[in-house]
Amino acid sequence: MAHKTIVEDNIDVLVVGAGLGGTGAAFEARYWGQDKKIVIAEKANIDRSGAVAQGLYAINCYMGTRWGENNPEDHVRYARIDLMGLVREDLLFDMARHVDSTVHQFEDWGLPIMKDPDTGQYLREGRWQIMIHGESYKPIVAEAAKKSADEVFNRICVTHLLMDESKENRVAGAVGFNVRTGNYHVFKSKTVVCSAGGASNIFKPRSVGEGSGRTWYAPWSSASAYGLLINAGAKMTQMENRIVLARFKDGYGPVGAYFLHLKTYTQNGMGEEYESKWFPELQKMVGKEYLDPEASHVTHRPIPTCLRNHALISEVNAGRGPIHMVTMHSFQDPHLEEVGWENFLGMTVGQAVLWAATDVDPKNENPELTTSEPYVMGSHATGSGAWCSGPEDVSPDEYFWGYNRMTTVEGLFGAGDAVGGTPHAFSSGSFTEGRLAAKAACKYIDDGKAEGIVVSDAQVNGRKEEIFKPMEHYKIYRNAIVAGTVNPHYINPQQGLERLQKLMDEYCGGVTVSYMTNEKLLSIGLKKLKLMEEDLESIAAADVHELLRAWELKHRHRAAECVTQHTLFRKETRWPGYYYRGDYMKVDDENWHVLTVSRRDPETGQYTMEKAPCYHLVGEEEKAAEAASGVGQTQAEELVPAQ
Amino acid sequence: MPTFVYMTSCDGCGHCVDICPSDIMHIDKTTRRAYNIEPNMCWECYSCVKACPQNAIDVRGYADFAPLGHSVRVNRDEQKGTIAWRIKFRDGTEKNFLSPITTKPWGEGIPKLSDESGPSDEMRDSQLLYKEPDYVRMDEGGLHTLESNGLTMKKGVYY
Repeated sequence: MAHKTIVEDNIDVLVVGAGLGGTGAAFEARYWGQDKKIVIAEKANIDRSGAVAQGLYAINCYMGTRWGENNPEDHVRYARIDLMGLVREDLLFDMARHVDSTVHQFEDWGLPIMKDPDTGQYLREGRWQIMIHGESYKPIVAEAAKKSADEVFNRICVTHLLMDESKENRVAGAVGFNVRTGNYHVFKSKTVVCSAGGASNIFKPRSVGEGSGRTWYAPWSSASAYGLLINAGAKMTQMENRIVLARFKDGYGPVGAYFLHLKTYTQNGMGEEYESKWFPELQKMVGKEYLDPEASHVTHRPIPTCLRNHALISEVNAGRGPIHMVTMHSFQDPHLEEVGWENFLGMTVGQAVLWAATDVDPKNENPELTTSEPYVMGSHATGSGAWCSGPEDVSPDEYFWGYNRMTTVEGLFGAGDAVGGTPHAFSSGSFTEGRLAAKAACKYIDDGKAEGIVVSDAQVNGRKEEIFKPMEHYKIYRNAIVAGTVNPHYINPQQGLERLQKLMDEYCGGVTVSYMTNEKLLSIGLKKLKLMEEDLESIAAADVHELLRAWELKHRHRAAECVTQHTLFRKETRWPGYYYRGDYMKVDDENWHVLTVSRRDPETGQYTMEKAPCYHLVGEEEKAAEAASGVGQTQAEELVPAQ
Repeated sequence: MPTFVYMTSCDGCGHCVDICPSDIMHIDKTTRRAYNIEPNMCWECYSCVKACPQNAIDVRGYADFAPLGHSVRVNRDEQKGTIAWRIKFRDGTEKNFLSPITTKPWGEGIPKLSDESGPSDEMRDSQLLYKEPDYVRMDEGGLHTLESNGLTMKKGVYY
């Protein structure tokens, strides 16, 4: 296959990955850069790409300040509690103060948001969640992005960022290939908004065959946000903060609406409440600061999701599984039954398929719950991602270097999964982050920061050779064997993925070891990852589709390495229920009430780890919440895990 | 199987190939019809099922945990602005659901920002985004700041 080179030059804002973060960036960039050239590079088709491709049944981040429901700082406190104290509160506050304007625009654009028939307000599922008919959420935001962008390049797998050769540590665009034509695409750009996806499939999944596609986070979320950023030398933060989800077994159907709206609850295999009995022992591990069931009962302070996971995992390991979601009572109400099913059809059809296949009707039996394999991402209830600048009027000096949402690489911005320390952004918050990044990127250009960028032919041609090497490698060595997939000269992408998943599972705290790891295991894991990196130089792709899988694997591998480095660095168990450091089983606030920051030197491959201070918003507690009426009830609902 | 394609219904139009987020719907060179080349990378997201003009694509639950004999069918209609689902259980039970997919004629509510007047210098220098501050609270109120909300940022273990 000849790989034609197609160059797109003079781009001002290049959006890499058009999920919710990227569509937000492309849309907003046009407002601040009316004469600027805005280009989108998307791995799939923008109409159905990213984590929201199949739709959503709720928007999980909406303040409702117009109705006095919450203030931004209330959401910051919530996310801080859920993540055991460690978040970037400047970024969270900034996202939360803008997110409502995003949601109100979605309604203008035609997104069906459910209303409370009595008050006319958005129908609340929980304190932060509103319910939507979101089957077409992604096509709607895609339409907005398409109206703003000069051009959308679908089916481009972006593999690398281009770097400026006149000024160190400055971005200059990106390169990749078309996964259908095999053409090489070069995007020369003054700024890049990296809004690619987080990481599914880096830990061994519970399912073994076809079902390994039923990941909780989309299987096409291939850690490209992290692969691109880390390889460009951007600093990363909280990469150890992987997330494990308690979900309906096998289908990983969401539980948020079930807990919050349908008022279902969990019990063990004997039909008993199990959670509270694990709390006294757990309190000794994390301290009263982070787990105080009595105080939570009185003040409605939520119990962190990881700690609830811990109770579930412990109960199953004690031999009293399975854990059931008690649905039978709620599903007798036809309206609630409808909500229960539509919730799946709107965002996790596979769960409905599974229940249809197994004759599970939650009206007649209580379905099983389980905990998933770990995922690494930055937009749901966890905050892995790049170390980014916050906004000027909120951020302390350590968190501010000129442009909102800019990474530590000049001109390189982040949104969605790419930004670290900002959990609980979800779809609306990711779109909002994209908007913030786009405004800052336009300002960066207008301030003259992107002048004189140089990209040599050597850089462009070198990347081309690197990108297509797996296909060349296949061509050279394929005929060394008769047929089949066993070849002493190469591994294929699926074989590589299985190796990555197995070693991450066993050494970095996956599901088969009940999320347990320690320094020894992590060190072995790093060695194996290094060996694997050598083998990735010998990965073979039979066609351009396998080339896509090869590059996804390389991004996953890089993210996995960074996760392992961070997990090794943080010598404590900050989030029991997400993972355990067996050699440091307690929360250690004295030494580790900090954000972890890493940088991989692109030249040497060496990681430098550091601790960054954690700043907290301090102010009057729950001003809006007290003022709003009936808030006690919504706060009580918050005692259950995020969706 | 995730998704599979009925031989007699598919006409090889390629809509599924065009839309699949996982790049796994491909055209078979011999039959010139679409098929799922990589079932273990299928999320059962139904993007291809919704896009198929021939209703030729269906889903058979993942073989490692879903028994045979079920179906979940869908019809998405942009003209009517609705999506209709039919779930058929293994034991023959059926459930039907209908939801709206939009409240406006397709795409008409979305602005083209190049046609709007650009922001003032004052707005550029502020923390505001497009349509703000109006769209934050839908009233005259301004954007929240640390000052307006009586907050400070403090280093260390302070809440």
